[in-house]
Amino acid sequence: MELLTVFLQVATETVANKGLAAIGAGLAAIGAGIGVGNIGAHALDSMARQPESMGDLRANMIVAAALVEGVALFAVIICLMVTF
Amino acid sequence: MKINTNSPPKSAFNLLLVVIIVIFGNLLSIGVSASDNSHGENKKPLNAGELIIDHIKDSHSIHFGGHLTLPLPVILYTDKGIDIFSASKLWDAHHESIPYTSPKTGITYFNNNEKIEIIDQLAFQSVAGLHTDTMPADHTSTLEPQADAAHSAIGIPAGYQTVHTSLIDFSITKNVFGMLFMLGALVLIFVKMARTASKNKGKAPRGMQNALEPFVLFIKDEVAMPALGKKKTSKYLPFLLSVFFFIWICNMLGLVPFLGGFNITGTLSITAVLALMVMIITNVSANEHYWLHIFWPPGVPFLIKFILVPIEVASLIIKPAVLMIRLTANINAGHIIILAFSSLILIFGEKSEMAGYGVGIFATLFMVFMFFIELLVAFLQAYVFTLLTALYFGDATQDHHHEEGHH
Repeated sequence: MELLTVFLQVATETVANKGLAAIGAGLAAIGAGIGVGNIGAHALDSMARQPESMGDLRANMIVAAALVEGVALFAVIICLMVTF
Repeated sequence: MKINTNSPPKSAFNLLLVVIIVIFGNLLSIGVSASDNSHGENKKPLNAGELIIDHIKDSHSIHFGGHLTLPLPVILYTDKGIDIFSASKLWDAHHESIPYTSPKTGITYFNNNEKIEIIDQLAFQSVAGLHTDTMPADHTSTLEPQADAAHSAIGIPAGYQTVHTSLIDFSITKNVFGMLFMLGALVLIFVKMARTASKNKGKAPRGMQNALEPFVLFIKDEVAMPALGKKKTSKYLPFLLSVFFFIWICNMLGLVPFLGGFNITGTLSITAVLALMVMIITNVSANEHYWLHIFWPPGVPFLIKFILVPIEVASLIIKPAVLMIRLTANINAGHIIILAFSSLILIFGEKSEMAGYGVGIFATLFMVFMFFIELLVAFLQAYVFTLLTALYFGDATQDHHHEEGHH
């Protein structure tokens, strides 16, 4: 309970919340990097296995990357809301 | 058939020359403008955050750069009637906001950070028996109104207060103007293309049809058909095509440099309307299998149903909300990155000219790279929105054909 009130105070009142928001945005970037990197790695593996399906794989890879980036950008939006 | 008869080194050299000239021109112009603080007749220190937010959000005028500004009509619906006037009445020669009293309804308006408010002269209640002070902007008054600190924080001139009567703002703001402009362009292009296409039935495509037919067929064959099936595609294809081209062309408009910086699909209100339309169409055109799958999913163990049903019900709202936020966040993030690097140049340019030039080189190269990414993102976000919309429509209207494995 104490910890929660401290967090709430930090999040709404102090100046530290902007720094924490920046850290949060950085974590979101890490998440996006790991996710999209995974997608790219598996897509490249499959393209190496079967070069004739490169076109299909490329399109699906880009769609999946856009969806994963969307999730990372939710976190960025929240951090921006705190900062500004 | 003409073949490129330039030997590879020659044409590559031409391309390199063009690229170098373009980059050099960019750097020169940005370096020069960074070293001169163009916002500074009064030499305010540069607040990068404010600069970025100002360029992203909506406004009542289009600022083409320098002093070239196009004021847009302000249309307000108040208790006393409808006020229509040009936004130029709300600022003075230095583009600072001033109050404006409408001659038609007598209400005083003030453009407080691009939000129009009704303000009124502060009438000091006589506590010490003093008569009401009717002089506006009286800095030497010894009677301090209660919320003066709040006034200076939000920009209302001293001596005035915000009156919270009902005011509905129907103005043509920058986003509305850009959206109507793009819609008009889309209507013109597509009507013309449809007319020439129907006249040229069976023959090779000509003109604008050449450019747009691949995309229309792409949406029809790769997005709509797999998700909706042959029979229902024609019912939902107009909406899918409209959404795709609207989002794509509005994203592209935001990337054009000297046009005043439109940020149409980056505002939550516009993407919220798009997502709302998707939600309404999905739920209205859903058949009973859709609702059955949400409220009592077949083929799921009995106890898990109690966990799954709240999630499915929440996803009725969450799926369109996610569509909205994905589009807004991607476009906004792109604009913010480009603006942040521009303000980086300006920040360094304030410290010293040479620092401005130096940072200008790297920042400009990075910005060119970011613009390429933004072009890809513009198309990709439109495609992802359309794809997910088609999938939701397909989900909602799918036939009951896979029940054998469940019971």
